[in-house]
Amino acid sequence: MKTRTLLFSTSLAAVLSAASASAEDLKMGAIAVLEGAFAVLGEDSMRGVELALQEFGYTAGGMQIELIAGSTDASPDSAVRAARKIVEQDGAPIVIGPLSGSEGLAIRDYAKTQPNTTFLNGASAAQDTTLRETADNFFRFSTEGAQWMAGLGEYVYNQKGYRSVAVLAEDYSFPYTQVFGFLEPFCRLGGKAPQDARFFVPIGNKDYSSVIASLPDDVDAIYVALGGADAVNFLTQYEQAGGELPLIGGSITMDQTVLGSKGRARRFVIGTPSAGPISDTWEDPRWAEFVAAYRAAFPDGFPSPSLFAHAYYVNTKAALLALDAVNGDLSDGGARYREVLANLSFETPTGMVSLDERGNAIADIFLTEVIEGPGGNLLNKTLGVTPQVSQTLGLSYDEFLQYGPVSRENPACE
Amino acid sequence: MTARIHPAWWLLAALLSIYPILANDFFTLQIGAYSLILGTIALSLTILAGYGGMVSLAQLTAAGLAAYVLPIFGTNSQGVLGIGWSHWLTIPMALLVGASFSALVGLIAVRTSGIYTIMITLAVAVSVFFFTRQNYELFNGFTGYAGIEAPKPFGYDLRAPLPFYYLCLIVAAGFGLATLYAARTPFGLSLQAVRDNPRRMAALGFSVAGIRVLAFFLAGFVAAAGGILLVFFNGRISPGTIGVDVAIDILVIAVVGGLRHPIGPFIGALAFVLLETFAIDLIARERFNSLIGTAFLLIVLFSPDGLLGLWNKIRPKIGPKISRPSLGLAGPQTGKTPQFDAAETQPISSREDTG
Repeated sequence: MKTRTLLFSTSLAAVLSAASASAEDLKMGAIAVLEGAFAVLGEDSMRGVELALQEFGYTAGGMQIELIAGSTDASPDSAVRAARKIVEQDGAPIVIGPLSGSEGLAIRDYAKTQPNTTFLNGASAAQDTTLRETADNFFRFSTEGAQWMAGLGEYVYNQKGYRSVAVLAEDYSFPYTQVFGFLEPFCRLGGKAPQDARFFVPIGNKDYSSVIASLPDDVDAIYVALGGADAVNFLTQYEQAGGELPLIGGSITMDQTVLGSKGRARRFVIGTPSAGPISDTWEDPRWAEFVAAYRAAFPDGFPSPSLFAHAYYVNTKAALLALDAVNGDLSDGGARYREVLANLSFETPTGMVSLDERGNAIADIFLTEVIEGPGGNLLNKTLGVTPQVSQTLGLSYDEFLQYGPVSRENPACE
Repeated sequence: MTARIHPAWWLLAALLSIYPILANDFFTLQIGAYSLILGTIALSLTILAGYGGMVSLAQLTAAGLAAYVLPIFGTNSQGVLGIGWSHWLTIPMALLVGASFSALVGLIAVRTSGIYTIMITLAVAVSVFFFTRQNYELFNGFTGYAGIEAPKPFGYDLRAPLPFYYLCLIVAAGFGLATLYAARTPFGLSLQAVRDNPRRMAALGFSVAGIRVLAFFLAGFVAAAGGILLVFFNGRISPGTIGVDVAIDILVIAVVGGLRHPIGPFIGALAFVLLETFAIDLIARERFNSLIGTAFLLIVLFSPDGLLGLWNKIRPKIGPKISRPSLGLAGPQTGKTPQFDAAETQPISSREDTG
């Protein structure tokens, strides 16, 4: 039995490696969460990849691009498994992905073991991926979680007049990054976020009653950084519990993946300020064109592309532009390709993007507020744009490292 | 002794030994070594379910806790704990932790049977999973540990594709053969007797609880070895590695492979890994899990004994005529230990004793 299966698998290997040898074809891998709690986000991510490929007619640098999908369940192990299959078996020299923060850290580590493969981030937005122990062949043309919060801390302190906030976030690297990005300017101005008013829940948490019961009375607002189903569950339960505190939203908390959901929580979130790499209602021809293309290509997608579709789109487009620039020549193990990528700057639907010396994007960030759109859809209204936000938030690299790694307690903010 | 071993086994051993020469690195590691690792962990379940009649969903948890021992007491790159002890110390420790944890689960579940054993062990697996995810002092929460390196004896990297494949092969084959051997020892026979009729065994003066807990301890040892290989393979461990869905995967591997022979879990693991890796290439990416599910459903539907049973069914029709009645693959013990065969050919469901 085993004998036969082995023979089968070895012949399968031969067939597969023979298939990968055809000329003029370039394989491009894309890794996204297509199983489990974040699968909806992963589907929209793949729409972003396909949108960029369609824009280029699936050709770049004179080569026909073949897209190979890899699925993960948001765990770092599964992300590395998917990447290994795409790189080591399918032989793709370019990989886009992954989606989630901790996956990004794992892929960054894997990238170090595959120096001839070029990795471009998907939507993962943990800070350390491109800050500490960086990999030369991992690029992030989408910005990260702390950058996404640019302008929000100042806004709620100065305009809304909040002085003390409670924090509710999921318990892993990406929400830590968001909390840091929001609290750092907020606390520098004099705001407070007591440690005992910070709640970190596991991904997929269903019951928020204990968190809601222990929310302190003496805070002005709750900063919520939850994603997908977690955000919907919390908002519904908080509304039912008669919660009255105003909210401040994390980037994926006030995203289309949450705003598009049904239920009473909808009215409750109107007026919630947030910040992120996209704004649904930005009145700019580049963005309008992107939304129109998305809707035309995916009639069953969201009313407006989510930030996941946007992030994957931007990274895929960068990969294709650089391929054009080197005429599809990756014969040197992609060294020149990566050099082009490192110096690439281009127009995205949300403005110019370029990379810093560690391969992380410098791009515009939007300050938004939830409104009810004309068709009854909830949308993010653009309050302002913070131009060209860098990962070190304007500080030098060494100064920025003084803040220490993001964590549940960083910044202390007492 | 050698005379009684069927030539197919020698062929299999030869093929497994030269497999890395035929396959590229990806097939050596991601398919070969990974199947052997998952198979070893599932073997732990096969020992308990096949020979002991106790289906435990906590065997992956035992493997995971053993795996956690390495970064906690050895080295990791997370800057949390990592006492820095050498592998000579941490590996035996990990084996002991996994085996003891499994024995503890056995102690808790020892007086239950059938579905209640599954429930209790599932409860243990779920609580350990959530504990590792929320505990930061010891398990480093959701992130877990990364940067865990395999031993490098005399500067020789055991994690390189070839050595690692052979390491996994030696461990897997060692435990597989040990299981076959142990099944014929007085302990193995009494474990199977306990499975078939615990009341009678108790009346005969055997300690039913003691035999079961010892079986859990030994199965935990096997699982721990698999867990250690898994953490070397991935270089990292996080709660997701020991989640409930993965524990179910291990059960699927054991059942799909077949519970009647120690080779079953390895066949199941190979089928699982091949499907998990390549299904996404065969069908739309939104639907590939349906393909995996359907394949396993069909296997269990048409052959309750898994792939192993399927082989035994079709073998008389296509294979060479061999005068071995039911267990064509079961080599050494066929015909020599009638009581073992009689027990083995009974379907699992009829083995449950309500006493």
